[in-house]
Amino acid sequence: MSTVKQDTRLRDILGTSALRPDGVAKVMGSFSFSSDMWAENMLWGATLRSPHPYARIISIDTTAALLISGVSAVITAQDVPGKATYGLISADQPVFASEFVRYMGEPVAAIAADHPETCRRALAAIIVNYEVLAPVVDPELAMLATTEQIHPDGNLIRHQKIICGDPQISGDITVEGHYTIGMQDQAFLGLEAAMAFPDSGGKGVELHIATQWLHEDRGQIAACLKLPEDNVRLVLGGVGGAFGAREDISLQVHCCLLALHTGRPIKMQYSREESFFGHVHRHPAKIWMKHHATKEGKIVKVESRMVFDGGAYTSTSPAVLINGITHTQGPYQCDNAVVDGYAVRTNNPPCGAMRGFGVVQACFAHESQMDKLAQACGLSPVEVRLINAMHTGDKLITGQAMESVAPVERCIRETDAIPMPEPLAANANVLEFPGGSGRTADRQNIVRGIGWGVSMKNLMYSEGFDDYATARCTLSNGIASLKFATSEVGQGFVTLAPQIARSVLGVDDVVFETSDTQIGSAGSTSASRQTWMSGGAVDGACRLVRERLFEHVGELHNIDPIRLMIEHTDVIDTIGTFRISVTEATQGITLSETFEHHHRKTEDLDANGQGNCHVAFAFVAHRAVVDVDIELGLVKVVQIATAQDVGRVLNPLSAIGQIEGGIAQGLGLAVMEEIIMDNGRVKNPSFTDYLLPTALDAPSVVAIMIEEPEPQAPLGAKGIGEPPCISVTPAIVAAIRAATGKALSRVPVRPQDICL
Amino acid sequence: MSESIGNEMYTLRINGQDRPVVDAWVGESLLYVLRERLELPGAKGACEQGECGSCTVLMDGDAVCSCLVMAATAVGAEIVTVEGLIEKDPSMAATAEVIASQITDVQQAFITEGGVQCGFCTPGLIVAVHHLLDKNPDPTELQVKESISGNICRCTGYGRIFAAVEAVVQVRKASR
Repeated sequence: MSTVKQDTRLRDILGTSALRPDGVAKVMGSFSFSSDMWAENMLWGATLRSPHPYARIISIDTTAALLISGVSAVITAQDVPGKATYGLISADQPVFASEFVRYMGEPVAAIAADHPETCRRALAAIIVNYEVLAPVVDPELAMLATTEQIHPDGNLIRHQKIICGDPQISGDITVEGHYTIGMQDQAFLGLEAAMAFPDSGGKGVELHIATQWLHEDRGQIAACLKLPEDNVRLVLGGVGGAFGAREDISLQVHCCLLALHTGRPIKMQYSREESFFGHVHRHPAKIWMKHHATKEGKIVKVESRMVFDGGAYTSTSPAVLINGITHTQGPYQCDNAVVDGYAVRTNNPPCGAMRGFGVVQACFAHESQMDKLAQACGLSPVEVRLINAMHTGDKLITGQAMESVAPVERCIRETDAIPMPEPLAANANVLEFPGGSGRTADRQNIVRGIGWGVSMKNLMYSEGFDDYATARCTLSNGIASLKFATSEVGQGFVTLAPQIARSVLGVDDVVFETSDTQIGSAGSTSASRQTWMSGGAVDGACRLVRERLFEHVGELHNIDPIRLMIEHTDVIDTIGTFRISVTEATQGITLSETFEHHHRKTEDLDANGQGNCHVAFAFVAHRAVVDVDIELGLVKVVQIATAQDVGRVLNPLSAIGQIEGGIAQGLGLAVMEEIIMDNGRVKNPSFTDYLLPTALDAPSVVAIMIEEPEPQAPLGAKGIGEPPCISVTPAIVAAIRAATGKALSRVPVRPQDICL
Repeated sequence: MSESIGNEMYTLRINGQDRPVVDAWVGESLLYVLRERLELPGAKGACEQGECGSCTVLMDGDAVCSCLVMAATAVGAEIVTVEGLIEKDPSMAATAEVIASQITDVQQAFITEGGVQCGFCTPGLIVAVHHLLDKNPDPTELQVKESISGNICRCTGYGRIFAAVEAVVQVRKASR
């Protein structure tokens, strides 16, 4: 366990470990998650899903279901008044399947009834006649023109190549490998849940929803409901984690349709099993990668072919693909590259956003390659990474210049300087062994290994997308009130926003207005972007209000406003003795300003994958120490040492929470988490069969935060959410390789990969 | 409620009070009854299989997953939910300040040590940690890990939760 230095907090401004304002409610159990909502006269909504990965719908008979006492509505595709499909990038996913079902679990109908048990019985009474078809599940086959196209838009979702420098160049040394990344689930704890309230007259609806992006949801919902966007109001329900899985529509449209159909409030809530079918997952990927290098170990060229299985619908696959291929080089200098990337439609579950977004897959491959390169050149894993470490100003394989602060070398060196853990004691408790509470490992079969992983991650959205954020600040009587549509999913923006207001305005009391669609978009809580984007918007709004405050005080006291500044909680004259508290200065007045923060413009990639497509980058190094029972194939991750490029630490306690939480998710992908598919069927949609890291699996984390403020960032801080989960996965696998001598080219590493 | 579902009637003993449950279906879990019938939403449902611990409550002093307990079988048991951990002083108004001053040392430590992010696993963990420290006031690090290994947290990676438990143990030790 790492320790966090917590200074005594006089005021909860930027840089302090301010505490969560929702903390008391959350520890008491009184915080209202979207699943905790209840309304007078409400009905429960539920979804009927396809049992087949691919089938033609011959008929749907809802008669028997409607006859069940307590059932108020059964709706299918024909009850969707507006657009029949939705989607984040391409609207290719039906609200309800009508002609074909294209993945196991695809929604076919929805019902409203008085009790969850009535719902279950009514769903069982809907008769769907399917002609079962052979699913297309192999992306390599699916992308061929000769294969059956399972969607009118075709099976190839996106193809993009990158050609940089001299594609023919070679090096003294080449290393290559084929790598496989399994399908990971976000597995947030708070299941999908929402409550929809119909307006009287059925001309509008209010949806309380746990989501990552209220405004994007609203646009897609309104189109399907055929309602003006103003008549669809979204309010953020309490969100129990997200990690990418709440970026796409799940139950939003169904819930609103049922509310409009019945004229009553509808509560919908997925079970864990349904959740596995109800949201997108991390893309499984197959990656071939080849590095050319000088005999000294300096990278000359990287070649790669990446195939991402997008599943049945597009979701964010095109963007995930671009993240994957543009991060082929990792955090290393590389002048020449030939990369070919494919995102492919199959009859597997749709895949989309998950923490790390395409970079996780690429990183597992490039870090596995770096270790091969080290071995081929007789270098250590640290040496080969230092020799190739990227610096600010380097040109990326997309032709874009690395303009972000790029302390890659520091990340590696400072991680390397972290002390190693003690060896496994001779009298160690069996709980510390691989296998933990299973108590199966034998002390004499346990071997320790050490491995490395280093990564870079783009921040914010790419390829020309203006994912701006909006915030309003209202200052009156010494109280700042903040309004934004930013989704708090657990990451702590509700802690950060008041810290910003206190720092800029000299207030102590900061309150929130409801997070809803009654203000401009904040963009998505994803891509490590809200501290930078919504933080920038709150900072901007507060600064505008501060200008107004200085004008007001200046006018009242006959001082040039340019001489005024905030010191602690006072407005002071920088060249005089005048001083007035912000509380006193704002008595009886109200100053309110709204600010939109836009990041710098980016551009599309051209046919050769060239273009300034990303906004900024963050870097991190991980060193893993593992104990492996080589006979049983069990792994215990003992310690993760990490140094992360964070720009500036705005809240040490929040930052360490992101780092430790991300590491646990990367550990999950390394050794336990995988949605297991069998010919289009999900085999393990439960927490009994989909394994997540528990307290006993948690490694000791020793973290260093490297503070080199990022000039582009409004607060100097880079996003810190994604980097922790990216290179920790290859670091753990490298450590297992070191312990076992096995090649291990896929994640998660399963016991049979080690011991058979 | 449709007639076909059921009309069971029984009384549960929850947080020191008798709570009648009417018109229930006999198959309802304790978790469902707490949340949907008795206005006690503190216990959360996240797996329905006893794997994640989000729904942890105390039954006759044992930590159980309320999703696995049929509510009608809990008649006669002394049930404590996260809402029942706080000893409310009825003479004081329920203002935010008063409530914050009434939370337990475990709850306070989860906040100050950063053990809360999304908060969905938090109520179950709070109950589990109270249960642990009531039985074992001075647990080793491994005992802490094992005792909460039935409570899955997806956000924190557990580091700040261990720190919270450690902080409570130290403060309790010092005040003994």
